[in-house]
Amino acid sequence: MSYIVANNLNKSFGFGQTAVKAVSNISFEIASGEFVSIMGESGSGKSTLLGILGAMNAPTSGRLVVDGIDIYSLNTEQQADFRREYLGFVFQGFHLVPYLTVLENVMLPLAVKPLGKKQKQQMAFHALSQVGLAEKASRLPGEISGGEKERTAMARAIVNEPPILLADEPSGNLDSKNSAELMALFEKFNALGMTIIMVTHSLECAGYAKRRLIISDGRLKSDYFPASNAA
Amino acid sequence: MTLSLISTRNLLRRKGKAAFILAGLVIGVATTVGILTYVNAVSSDILHKLEQFGANILITPQTESLALGYGGLALGGVSFELEEIRQPDLARLEHIPYAGNIAAVGPVVLGVASVLDQRILMAGIDFGVSHILKPWWQVQGNMPAPGEVLLGADAARVLNLNTGDMLPVKGSLMHVSGVLASTGSQDDALAFVHLEDAQALFNKQGLVSMVEIAALCKDCPIVEMVGYIKEALPDANVMAIAQVVKTRMEMLGHFKRFAYWISAVILFIGGLVVLVTMMGSVRERTSEIGIFRAVGFRRRHIMKIVFLESGILSLLAGLAGYGLGLAFAFTALVAEADGRPAQIPFSWEMAAGAVFLAIALGLAASAYPAFLAARMDPNEALRAL
Repeated sequence: MSYIVANNLNKSFGFGQTAVKAVSNISFEIASGEFVSIMGESGSGKSTLLGILGAMNAPTSGRLVVDGIDIYSLNTEQQADFRREYLGFVFQGFHLVPYLTVLENVMLPLAVKPLGKKQKQQMAFHALSQVGLAEKASRLPGEISGGEKERTAMARAIVNEPPILLADEPSGNLDSKNSAELMALFEKFNALGMTIIMVTHSLECAGYAKRRLIISDGRLKSDYFPASNAA
Repeated sequence: MTLSLISTRNLLRRKGKAAFILAGLVIGVATTVGILTYVNAVSSDILHKLEQFGANILITPQTESLALGYGGLALGGVSFELEEIRQPDLARLEHIPYAGNIAAVGPVVLGVASVLDQRILMAGIDFGVSHILKPWWQVQGNMPAPGEVLLGADAARVLNLNTGDMLPVKGSLMHVSGVLASTGSQDDALAFVHLEDAQALFNKQGLVSMVEIAALCKDCPIVEMVGYIKEALPDANVMAIAQVVKTRMEMLGHFKRFAYWISAVILFIGGLVVLVTMMGSVRERTSEIGIFRAVGFRRRHIMKIVFLESGILSLLAGLAGYGLGLAFAFTALVAEADGRPAQIPFSWEMAAGAVFLAIALGLAASAYPAFLAARMDPNEALRAL
């Protein structure tokens, strides 16, 4: 049974003759535990699509159903709850909060959860140890490398143990070594049952995914399972 | 990890902005506390000084006859020749409610004496309280000792007497200790002697013709005081010189209203400083807010972060503003005291009010920035990077 169902998604910006259609009639289904890459040229609409999948960017029309929940029939607060419970985000620019330590950044999704301080710390340390960064827990983001920042962002994304991980050009700011390490982490969490949807330019990174969606001019051009993984 | 940790960490990181907001609130609260404290202290002082305006309650013997005089021109009905008030009865005034508001009680014995071919109205008074009841008096010479006389300006002119001269009264000679500078009142035509001397001269031992009272009711209605005095002295007429009291209270009222308006304007400006700074802070933190929303913070969580920040700063501003306001008021009072000791009492009500005012102002000024932050679209916020 499909875990994520995108049905005829459309997204336009602007009105009338100046309207730009960023996503046009895109439909697909993703099963639980899949590792999907979304590829396309710059401006093709793949990040807009990821925003829609992330319950942060309502489509102009169409439906998105995750785990039986019609996401855009929820109000904004319920969408926030959905993001907290179902999604982990990894962004290209790390998006760490500069005045919080690595541990506190990882604990961020837990801040509004009714859990004890100790339990939150344990969960955050567990997530950090999974990405191999436990020893840098007390550092500020400005005191760690780019690769470590990305791994911190990864730890923050999985600290809640969400069923879905969304990544937007996660290796965009990394060298090939750090990029490979990051992809290895994606594979690891996918192997643990996490559904991963990753937007990327990189064929090498896309090779880690088991399924590839190609977007062009806002349309889904192809949806296929590559013969072999690059890893 | 809690929302309050995020707020405090952000404040510590953006020290400059936090200090600016703090300064805006501290200035507003300190000015308000300073003005109010100063006004309260000065009001008390003014009340004290206003008492020096002289008597504002008059006790006269009860009479059934009507006064035949107008505009200072007496045509008859010499009331001082009517029945008198018993001096021992005046002790009852010490036990009436609001007795503490009575600054001075001045019994007066009036009598007419023939001196140097002139008839003169002599007044026996208590010179110990004359500086309260007649603070405008300017004596050329000295206040009289027992057996001496103080002449009004007109009386001295008509009798052709000066300080140091002798005044023959009812067979005895009284030394003129001084002459009053012209007051423009009835006092100019009188000769003032000690109360006991007048009682002896006019055979009115234990009696007084009238009583002047200087009282100021800061916290009580003067009309009630008059009522209590009437109860204590049922055989006397008691009159409040209402206009004096009214004027005193009006002066204080104007002064206070002006101070409150100034405080309100400064608080408004302080609120604007908070509003503008918080708006800037929220805009600066667009990406952060995007992250918070992306990881599942609700709008109310974002608002709570902003309110916590302004609440923490407001609390500090309230405490600092109260201390600073007291210091302002104290400095101002010392500067005006001309060497007299200045005192500012600590007031829990004022301290609590200052903190409450700061928090209310801080939260009110942060409401719109908090609302804007909460309304921020997470997708747009993240794309802003």
